[in-house]
Amino acid sequence: MKKCLLATLVLTLVLALTGCGNDSSSNNGDTDAKSEGVMTYAEYVAADLDTQVVIEAYVQAKQSWWENQATVYAQDHDGAYFLYNMACSEEDYAKLTPGTKIKVTGYKAEWSGEVEIIDATFEIEDGNYVAPALDVTSLLGTDDLIAHQNEFVSFKGMTVEDAGNGSAFMYNWDGSGEEGSDLYFNVSLNGNTYTFTVESYLCGPETDVYQAVKALEIGQTVDMEGFLYWYEGVNPHITSVTVK
Amino acid sequence: MKNVRKKLCLLLALLTAALSLTGCHGSRGLEAFQIPEAFDTSRDYEITFWAKNDTNKTQTDIYKKAIADFQELYPNITVNLRLYTDYGKIYNDVITNIATGTTPNVCITYPDHIATYLTGINIVVPLEELFADSRYGLGGSEVRFDGPAQEEIIPQFLDECAFNEHYYAVPFMRSTEACYVNKTYVETLGYTLPETLTWDFIWEVSEAATAQDSEGNYLINGQKVLIPFIYKSTDNMMIQMLKQKGAGYSTADGEILIFNDTTEELLYTVAEHAGTGAFSTFKISSYPANFLNAGQCVFAIDSTAGATWMGTHDPLSDISEEALVEFETAVYPVPQFDPDAPQMISQGPSVCIFNKADDQEVLASWLFAQYLLTNEVQIAYAETEGYVPVTSKAQGSAEYQDYLSRCGEDNSTYYDVKIKASRLLLEHVDETFVTPVFNGSASLRDAAGQMIENVTKSVKRKETIDDAYMEKLFADVTSLYRLDQGGQEAAGRADLGPLPATAVVLLSALGITWVLIGAYAAREALKKRKNKQNHH
Repeated sequence: MKKCLLATLVLTLVLALTGCGNDSSSNNGDTDAKSEGVMTYAEYVAADLDTQVVIEAYVQAKQSWWENQATVYAQDHDGAYFLYNMACSEEDYAKLTPGTKIKVTGYKAEWSGEVEIIDATFEIEDGNYVAPALDVTSLLGTDDLIAHQNEFVSFKGMTVEDAGNGSAFMYNWDGSGEEGSDLYFNVSLNGNTYTFTVESYLCGPETDVYQAVKALEIGQTVDMEGFLYWYEGVNPHITSVTVK
Repeated sequence: MKNVRKKLCLLLALLTAALSLTGCHGSRGLEAFQIPEAFDTSRDYEITFWAKNDTNKTQTDIYKKAIADFQELYPNITVNLRLYTDYGKIYNDVITNIATGTTPNVCITYPDHIATYLTGINIVVPLEELFADSRYGLGGSEVRFDGPAQEEIIPQFLDECAFNEHYYAVPFMRSTEACYVNKTYVETLGYTLPETLTWDFIWEVSEAATAQDSEGNYLINGQKVLIPFIYKSTDNMMIQMLKQKGAGYSTADGEILIFNDTTEELLYTVAEHAGTGAFSTFKISSYPANFLNAGQCVFAIDSTAGATWMGTHDPLSDISEEALVEFETAVYPVPQFDPDAPQMISQGPSVCIFNKADDQEVLASWLFAQYLLTNEVQIAYAETEGYVPVTSKAQGSAEYQDYLSRCGEDNSTYYDVKIKASRLLLEHVDETFVTPVFNGSASLRDAAGQMIENVTKSVKRKETIDDAYMEKLFADVTSLYRLDQGGQEAAGRADLGPLPATAVVLLSALGITWVLIGAYAAREALKKRKNKQNHH
C-alpha cells in the first residue's frame, strides 16, 4: 500500500509540475489540417451550446484526474479548448503530455462564461504542438480578450497590488483558505486592477509558481504566463510569474 | 463561492485502495473507547479538527477564535485546524485516512458519511455515554465552560445524528433550502406571490418568463440570458419532491425505493421545463445567485446557508457591480405539492469524534467538540449565514434574539435576506425531515440528483425522453452508484478499477481455503460412505 501511495503521490507531483512547466517554445511541424468529420476551430466557435462537437487539438496542460475523468487545457493553431471531466483512464492520463494531439468528441457547454467541452471522450493521434504564450496584455479590459479564452497567454509589466488583506496574495478569494488552497492576487495595468489566480489543482503548493506568488510584494512589476480561464469575467490561471 | 465546481480532489485517486485496505485492516480495529476515570491534565494533547466552511473568512476566523478560547481554558490541549470548503473532500480524506490510521480527532461531517466510516470497527466514537457523563458530559461538573445540557440541543437536530442505535455525532449548525425569489419580476409578469410557494406556481411563472422578442431578448429583463428557475442541489430537489409526494426513496435499513413511477413522473416534468429553457441546474449552468443577482433568474433555490450571496445588496457576490440588477428579494421555503402540509429538508454540519488508542486523547477531543456547542461559537457562526444555532440555549439567548430582531438594519451583519433565511428554518423546524442513514445512503443521494441532471442535459441536447430513456436512466444510475449491491457503500461512483494486490491475495487465500475445506469435507464424506458401504 505504501508503494501504491508513494507512486500515486509522485505521479500527482509530476503531473502537476508538468502542468506548470509549460515553456513557451513551439515545437511545430504539424499542420492544423483536420481529419474528416472534425471541426475547424471556427466551426467549433460557431457551434451552438449543447450540441455535439468533434475537435482535434494538442494538450497544453493537465489540471486534474479522478474517477476516470480528466480536466485538460488543449489548443490548436487557431484557438483553445477547455476539456472538463473528459472520460480518461489513469493510464491514458499519463500519456497526455504537453503537445500530445488528441481527437475529442463531446458536447459544447458554458458555465459562468467559461466555454468548455463536457461529457467527452478522446483518442490520441499522431502529432505534437506546444503553443507559445500569446501576449494579451494590451487586450486586458477589452471585449477582444474573450476571443482568446482558454489559450496559453502572457501578461507583461503588470504591478502587484494589495490583495485586500495588506499583502500581495490571499488563500482563496477572501483569505479563508490555507496552504494548498487557490492563491488570489491582484495586478494592475494603466490604473485598472485585475484578479489572477493560481489554481491549486493546476499548480499546487509544490510548484514554482505557487511559491513565487507567495513571495510577491506589493509594488513589484511582474511578467506572467497562464491559461485564460473565465469565471464571471476573465480569471487567468497563472502558471509562471517572473519578478522584473 | 468563487468557482469551486472545478475543484476536484486528487486524493480520490487513492480512495479505492484505501477502502480495500480499510476492510483488510479492520478485522480487529481499535479497542472501544472507555470514558477515563478522570481527565489527565498533567499530560499534553494535540488534536486535529477538520472543519468545513462556506469559503467564508468570517467562518474560518470563528473557528480560530473558538480554538484560541478553548485552549485558554485547556492549556494542555492544542487543536490543529484543517480547513475544507466541501463536505465531499472531507469524506474522501477521512476514508483515505481510516486506512492509514490517521483520521482527525474531531471532524465536521454529514451523518450519511459517518455511516460509511462505520464500516470499520470502532472508528467513530458513539457519544451517548459521553453525553450522560456527570463530569465530562453535556453540562458536566468538570467541564470548564458553559455548554448546553443534552435537553438543550434541539431534539430534531440531535436525532439526525442517531443511527444504528447510537449517537455518532452532535449537530453543529442547521440549515434548510430556501427559494430566493425576484419578487419584482414575478409581479411584473402579473403574478402575486402566494403564502406558500407551490411547484405549479413556480413552473407557471417560469414558463411565462421565457417570452422573448424577435431579437431573442427576454421581455422580463431585456437581456439575452434568462434561466427563470435554477436549482443548486438537485439531490435535495428530488428528495424533497418525493417526500412531499409520499413516494418511495429508501427504507430505514437501506432498501432502495427511488426507482418508481413518481420519480419517473417528476423527471418528465423536469424535462418539460428544461426543454423550454425555464429550468436549469447549478451543475449545468452556474451558481443560482449569479443569475439571480444579474436579473437573469426568477426563482433561485439554494441553501439558507447561501443567503449572503442572494439579492441586489448581498454582502458577497461573484459578479461585477455593473452586472448587478436592482430588485426586491423574497425568501420562501422550497415549493410544495401540498401547501397545507409543507415538508423541507434539514441539513447542515454535524461533528463526529474519531476513536484513538488513547482514551484521554478521545476525551480531549470530546471536550473540544462540546465547546463548539457553547453560545459563543453557536451564535457567532450562525450569524455568518442563514444557519440557525442547534441549541435552545443559544436560540433563546438575548444576544441571538436581538440579532434576529435587527433584520435589515444593514447589508452585512443584519442583512435581511440572511436573517429571513434563518427565520425560515426556525419557523419550520417541525416540518423538516432527513433521509434514512445507512451504508450506501450517500450514493443514493448522489443518484437522486444525477437523474435530474441527466434528464436536463439530455433535453437540452434534443434527445428523446420517453419510457425507453427512463428505463435506461434507471439502469445506468443503479449501476453507476452500485445501488443494486444491497447496503454496500459505493463511496462515490462505480468503475473502481481492479482490486489492489493485497485484496486480491486476501480473496484468493479465502477462495483457496474454502476449496481445501470443501475438498476435505468431500473426502471425509466419501470415506464415510465407503465405510458404510463396506459395513453393509
